[in-house]
Amino acid sequence: MSSEHSGIHVSPLSIYFTIFGALMILSAITVGAAFVNLGSFNPIVALLIACIKATLVILYFMHVKYSSQLTKITVVLSLFFVAILFAETLMDYATRGWIGGGGVPLH
Amino acid sequence: MPQQREAAVLGMWVFLLTEVLFFGGLFIVYTLYRTWYYEAWALASKSIEIVPGLVNTVVLIGSSLTMALSVRAAQTNKRKATVNWLLATIVLGSVFLGIKVYEYSLKFEHHHVPGASFDFYHHADLLGETHEEPASGMTMGRAEINRTTQLFFSLYFVMTGLHALHMIVGVVILFIIAWMAHKGRFDSEYHAPVEMTGLYWHFVDIVWIFLFPLLYLVERH
Amino acid sequence: METPVYPAHNYLSNGHGLKSWLLTKDHKRIAVLYLISISIFFLLGGLFAVGIRLELTTPDGDLFQPDTYNKFFTLHGVIMVFFFLIPSVPAVIGNFLIPPMIGAKDLAFPRINLLSWYLYVVGGLFTLFAIVAGGVDTGWTFYTPYSSASSSTNVTATALGVFIAGFSSILTGLNFIVTIHRMRAPGLHWFKLPLFIWAHYATSLIQVLGTPVVAITIVMIFVERAFGFGIFDPQRGGDPVLMQHLFWFYSHPAVYIMILPALGVISEIVSTFSRKRIFGYSFVAFSSLAIAVFGFIVWAHHMFVAGITTYAAMVFSFLSFSVAIPSAVKVFNWAATMHRGSLSFETPMLYVYGFFGLFLIGGLTGLFLATLGTDIHLHDTYFVVAHFHYIMVGGAIMGYLGGLHFWWPKMFGRMYSEFWSRISAILVFVGFNLTFFPQFVLGYMGMPRRYHMYPDEFQVLNVLSSAGASVLGIGYILPVLYFAYSLKKGEVAGNNPWGASGLEWRTQSPPLTENFVEVPTDIPEAYEYTPQVIREAKLV
Repeated sequence: MSSEHSGIHVSPLSIYFTIFGALMILSAITVGAAFVNLGSFNPIVALLIACIKATLVILYFMHVKYSSQLTKITVVLSLFFVAILFAETLMDYATRGWIGGGGVPLH
Repeated sequence: MPQQREAAVLGMWVFLLTEVLFFGGLFIVYTLYRTWYYEAWALASKSIEIVPGLVNTVVLIGSSLTMALSVRAAQTNKRKATVNWLLATIVLGSVFLGIKVYEYSLKFEHHHVPGASFDFYHHADLLGETHEEPASGMTMGRAEINRTTQLFFSLYFVMTGLHALHMIVGVVILFIIAWMAHKGRFDSEYHAPVEMTGLYWHFVDIVWIFLFPLLYLVERH
Repeated sequence: METPVYPAHNYLSNGHGLKSWLLTKDHKRIAVLYLISISIFFLLGGLFAVGIRLELTTPDGDLFQPDTYNKFFTLHGVIMVFFFLIPSVPAVIGNFLIPPMIGAKDLAFPRINLLSWYLYVVGGLFTLFAIVAGGVDTGWTFYTPYSSASSSTNVTATALGVFIAGFSSILTGLNFIVTIHRMRAPGLHWFKLPLFIWAHYATSLIQVLGTPVVAITIVMIFVERAFGFGIFDPQRGGDPVLMQHLFWFYSHPAVYIMILPALGVISEIVSTFSRKRIFGYSFVAFSSLAIAVFGFIVWAHHMFVAGITTYAAMVFSFLSFSVAIPSAVKVFNWAATMHRGSLSFETPMLYVYGFFGLFLIGGLTGLFLATLGTDIHLHDTYFVVAHFHYIMVGGAIMGYLGGLHFWWPKMFGRMYSEFWSRISAILVFVGFNLTFFPQFVLGYMGMPRRYHMYPDEFQVLNVLSSAGASVLGIGYILPVLYFAYSLKKGEVAGNNPWGASGLEWRTQSPPLTENFVEVPTDIPEAYEYTPQVIREAKLV
């Protein structure tokens, strides 16, 4: 069913429904997991599932799996720069309160 | 034509890249304050009705499916199906926005809108509810919670508000695209506008995929 | 040697009347629209600078009320940064030259290009409204909580203006990225591209990656002001330092949005007037990308005394030093290009010589400020003011003016007065140094920025600075006069008055709307100045 036509990839219908089903199941797991006390793993599980869901949408609904190298690089680039924003900002906040670190005291 | 489509696809992805950074700025604020004021986050998140949020999750992911099917219909030259799936996407998008309006009205009713009339405990007091403590126990007093839950609700409104704004823009674009599809402007050779709209719509869906657990599910146990 | 004839058909003659300009999709006409609008904002920003320098000629606050002075330096900063420096080289010179340089007819998205100009104008109108309505006094940085909770001036209008202009900048960057990827002439691969294109590619990356972060920051300030939300509000537990992190995540790279395109201009001019290929082409090309990436990891050096931790500050200090490496790679490679080249001294090259001196001083004083210990002494003094003016005015504006003089014959098909333009280049260089060098000394002696009064012992240096500003002002006004004169009376330039390499010089001046009659297919290496090419160029 999948055919290459002027560089356009047509996915079989079953893929869309499978991904939709997977997204629904993952949503259910997220909600379920939130009602269980996993300690500090609660946010990790929630984010992990969200990342898997986002990846599914990006790869199959947005066709990145079948897209050019350049598109893939663009996706990775955006995540890389968000990671820089997070890492370096949190570097400041993570070291608040360290001995001799100065800075605004923690709350 | 292929060159034009490639340019359009790249342009759309670069635009989405800016959108990722745009929302990224909000998520860093969220992360920091959630770490600092976890108790406020847990309480405030618990105060949000979970059902509308869950329904909206299903609705929005469903709209992503209909959108993807519409793009596929355009790829395979099915004009009628393209239009119908676009209309389905519009309907689901509007349902999402309708539920969002209902949720916002609850926030106004419960005095959960940051500002002068904010009172986190107003609604619970009215119902005579006792306040559950987060699993980690409470160290913050009532006044402290009242101060810092305002940060949560400020972020709640900015994040969901900007998300809803993106959806409104999306629905408007969907109307235009559906009309163009109805007029027979797209076929299996040329359907870049449907494809671009799809990319945008899926992106909006992804934002919600993160917003839902971060705002509604901080601590439910 | 044949006398060149002014071409009867060109992009300027293709359509007359206001409508043909305001609805144009031609990147060259949009560049001209930008040229006019950013010149207006440059004039406006300059007038605020005149006010500042006048006030500072005397130690007393005798010209303005303190509040008025605050508004003057704020508006000077907002206008110069967001409405002049950021769009200057990309939106005017880049817009005009990227398509012909890569053998394309236009940018990838001509309508979006026009939209970006309109967004710029709307953003500008918001800012003008803020000025008319009484100004704004937060400083160009909009720091909270002052901007969100305290200031009673027109913060909202100004911030919205900056927000909208930000979208204009994003769209320009997006357009350039797609154009450079998708619109290159067949056979023009990446390593045959002029370094001007590489520099603009790197700049565009910063525009699309950084600008959205300042946009969201402005949104958050806006909801604090408009709806009483609290996001950075310390009274509700918010952190103003976080706002500074987000602001500088964009605004430090923004400095590279200003300087990188200028560096691209310098590469073109140096190569042309040395008659040599740029030494270490690929190093210079990749150094642009390196500057773009490094630019994103150093931002908190603006915040060393704002309350970040010493540990974070050490890392940011170290990383800030690393930016010096790709910058130095460029300067050394230009020097090596000029070494044993057949140098000449036309006006564009005079600007480049000036640029070298100013960029060197600006860059090296940056190292002082990246050093933790010295920064504590120098932070928020005139040393900082002098440093960033050496980069942003000495670097970026010298590059902009150099580029304008270099490509003016291409843009309008006529030459300007070589005599007056040389005078102006010299006046700008001398005036600039006289204005800003004393500020290094003042800052070192401890004069803080953003005050309208100062102790008597600082007066001599301040008067020198104000005198220099007058010379600089004349240096900036002169080009307006001789450029305007050249439009009608200037000598006809011909296709390639400088004997430069590069595809844009192969087409007529001013170019046709489609840039080329036929898309060029025989693509040479970049900067091909073999003896034979030089001989032929001189015969043209």
